[in-house]
This record gives sequence, structure tokens and C-alpha cells, in this order.
Amino acid sequence: MDTQATQTVEEILSERGAPVVMFDQVELAFDEKVVLKNISFTLISGHTKIILGASGSGKSTILKIITGLLRADKGVIWVNGERVDQLSEKAMMAVRADLGMIFQEGALFDSLTVRENVGYKLYEESAMPIAEADKRVEEVLGWVGLGEYIDRMPSELSGGQRRRVSIARAMAFKPRILLYDEATTGLDPITATTVDEEIIKLRDLEHVSSIVVTHQLRDAFYVATHMAVRTDAGVVTIVPATPEKEREAEFIMIQDGVIVFEGDADALRQSKDPYILTFLS
Amino acid sequence: MVPLIEDFAKKAALEAQEYVRLVRAAVIGVFTSPRYGHDIVEQFDVIGVGSLTVVLLTGFFTGAALALQSGLTLDQFGGRAVVGRLISASMIKELGPVLTALMLTGRVGSGIAAELGSMVVTDQINALRVLGTDPIRKLVVPRLLAGFLMAPVLTIISDFVGILGGWLVAVYQLQISSGIYWSSVTQALYPQDVWMGIIKPFVLGFVIVTTACHVGLRTTGGTKGVGEATTVAVVTGSVAVIAMDFFVTKILIAAMY
Repeated sequence: MDTQATQTVEEILSERGAPVVMFDQVELAFDEKVVLKNISFTLISGHTKIILGASGSGKSTILKIITGLLRADKGVIWVNGERVDQLSEKAMMAVRADLGMIFQEGALFDSLTVRENVGYKLYEESAMPIAEADKRVEEVLGWVGLGEYIDRMPSELSGGQRRRVSIARAMAFKPRILLYDEATTGLDPITATTVDEEIIKLRDLEHVSSIVVTHQLRDAFYVATHMAVRTDAGVVTIVPATPEKEREAEFIMIQDGVIVFEGDADALRQSKDPYILTFLS
Repeated sequence: MVPLIEDFAKKAALEAQEYVRLVRAAVIGVFTSPRYGHDIVEQFDVIGVGSLTVVLLTGFFTGAALALQSGLTLDQFGGRAVVGRLISASMIKELGPVLTALMLTGRVGSGIAAELGSMVVTDQINALRVLGTDPIRKLVVPRLLAGFLMAPVLTIISDFVGILGGWLVAVYQLQISSGIYWSSVTQALYPQDVWMGIIKPFVLGFVIVTTACHVGLRTTGGTKGVGEATTVAVVTGSVAVIAMDFFVTKILIAAMY
């Protein structure tokens, strides 16, 4: 590959407002069942795209297509300047190096400790020295507030702790894009808020671009309407977002594989679409 | 009726295609990097050392029962003294490889299908892929290597304890002297028999592990699906072992005798 061209892509992507994920008229069907139809959207660097929809509407499928776990039938998909819709599994590995995904239920490896789970990519798929990887694992576990659970097994953790370990695993190798698949589903409101706050902190303090798939309206609006700030004393607090910051969180509503709404939190609240009104009520 | 047959044929063809694809990827994974060394060592321990007890017990009691049965039959022809010959030939050529393989199907095949199946339904396989790991290299290759290389080792151990079980029955039940038994054991053995007993388990070990991995990785339907995958892995693996044993025996007889 041309080094100069790669640097140019890197430069473009590091600019504010650069598109890091692009879907252009993507379609997918399993036999007769249409899962996604004519899906187009763009995720801007440092922004959050919140995909709402009922169960089975096709929102998780979008994340699977971005990560190459599923292949779209039609359309073009760009991730970090790379067209991924026709990439082989081997070529996709390079794209995944900059993608982190938090699965529904966590998908932690049962046979590995929290340390091994969080540091999996660093220990297994990188040349990073063990001491350095250990340090990074301790750092990210401290970030999600689970430092003392480092030697536990996943089965010894609560649902909320498993999601936070999953977030720590996804962020350990410092990806620029994080994908959250129903990260708060099944959690009580207090635990869900701690997960929401991790999403906000990663976006605002680590400048990670994120796609949040959920059907939990409360969590979707919390992520969209709050921001993380670090005080001069180094303390991180979550505060209501400024209007400019709020506009960086864009909502997409999917109904039966079709986008029925795209806009910010205010526009979503003011929508008169019957389906959206039912969903929001 | 015709659409049903058509549907079945399509499914069978798809399964065969996916199996061949998995085997191809796994064999390529054996000979190319990256390899996961500690997973390979772990699987040698789980499949090899972990199966030792069941293989020892199966081999011992098979050899002992064979001595009892053949002692009765040989008595009709006054041939009790050659019981060792019958046991060594049966154990080394046929019973050792097949029974060890069947035990491995029950213990190892079911374990692999259940483990990989659980990983599929809980998204752990997808998580591996997103984290940049090829599940075939990480999960299938170590199991394939361990199954392929440990099945012959376990079979040799099974053969030995089977002949030992036969010796105990021969000496204490059939009242044959040790010397006669052991000379009878070695007299009937030809190099071709030993080769047959060693080559077969390589093939059977390969079939058991690849079948279980294929079934496990194609699990669908949550925890119920994991249960079904485990059953399918054991049933398919057992039938495949018996069928492959026949074909390998036929090929080896044509090639060596």
C-alpha cells in the first residue's frame, strides 16, 4: 500500500468532522426476510450515533455489518477510510484493530479471568510486553471502577460489572470507534447509568466515536444529553450537555429494517410520526 | 415428498461444504502462523491426559472380557493356549483403535461441541473475531492437533492394558502360564497389524475432532441448541468412527497385505 496515501487518509480521519463510518444504501435479507433496506448514515469523528428501534428491527445487524461479522447484500460501507463491504475476513482484521464492540450480555470469555479478558487483544494479538499490557489492563479496569476484580472469573461478576468489563476489554487497545450493542439492556436503572457514564466519558475524554444500539430510551437520552468534563483538580464529572454538544449525538430510528427518523434529541422529541410517538410514549 | 428430499439434499450438501471448508482452514492453520502455543499445550492435556482414565478402564476390561469369551470358544477346539494370539490381534488391529475412538467421541467430542456451541450462542466467537482472532486458529487448530496426535498414543496404551487384562484372565481364570500367553501374543503379530493399529487412530482422531468442531461452531438456538449440538456431535462422531474404520481397514488391507 502507498504509505503517503495511508498518511493522507489518517490525516483526514483525525480532522474534526471527518466521517469514520459511512453506510450508503445498505441492504440485507435472510432468504425472504428483509432485515435492512436502503440504510444510509454517516458517523462523524468524536460524535455518537444512537440507533433506536424495537427488538428485531435490525439495529444490531448494523453493528455486525460494520465489524464484518455479517456481509451486506447491497450497498457500500466505509470504516475509517476503508471500504469494508467486500473485504475478506483476513483483510477485515486490520479494520477491526480500530474497532471495539460491546456485546449484549458482555460476551466475556468464561474460561479467562477479568485480567485476561480485558487484556486479551494485548496479550494474544499484539507484541506489547507483558508488563506494559498488565499496566494498561489495570489502567482501564481502574477507569471503569473494577480494579479490585482483576483476578475474578466472569461468573463471579454481576450483570453490570460484566458490561463494564466488556467496555474495558473493548477500550484496552485504544480503538477510535466503539460499538455498543444493547449495553444496558437487562440492567437496573442505577447500574445502567454507570454504563451510560462510561460511554459518555469515553466519548468526551478519550474522543472515541461511538454507535450506541439500544431500545432503552432513558439511556439513549442520558447519553445524548450529558457530557463528561474534567475539573482542574482532575476529577471527572458528568454534567448536562451544552446545546452544541447535544447536537453531536444523532438519533436514528429503525422500523422493520428501514430508517424512519434521523436527527438530534430535540428533533426526536418533537417528531409527530405515529411510530415514533408510540415508541417514545 | 420431492420438496422434502430436495430440502434434505440441500442441507446435507451445505453441511458437507461447510465441513470441508472448516477442515481446509484448520489444516492451513496447522502449517501457518499465527499459532496459539499455550492453547495447543492445554488441549494436549485436556484431550490426551484427561482421557487417560476412561481409555485405561475401557482397554483393560475389553481385553479381560475378550479373554473370557475366546477362552470358552477356543476350548471347543482345544486351543486355549492360543488365547493371547487372538487377544493381541483383536486389540491391536480393531478393538483398541475403535473403542478408544468411541470413548474419545463420548468424552472429547461432546466436550468440544458443548464448549464451542456455548461460545457461539453467547457471542464469544463473534467477540474473538472482533478482537482480531481467527476462531479456527485459536479453537480448532489446537483441538485438531491434540486429537490427531493423542488418539494414537491413547490407542497404544489401550492396546497394552487390554492385552494385560487378557493376561490376568488367562493366568488366573483360564490357568494358562504367563510364558505361553506372552509368546502367543507376539507370535501372531505381523508388522502390518501393528501399522494398521497405529495408522487408524490418526484418521479417527482427526474425524472425531473435526466433526465436533464443525457441529459446535454451527450451533444455533441458545442453550437448547447447545444440548442438541452435543448429541449430534456424539452420534455423528460415533457413526463416522465406525464407518471410517471400515474404509481405512479396507484401504490398508489392499495396500499392505
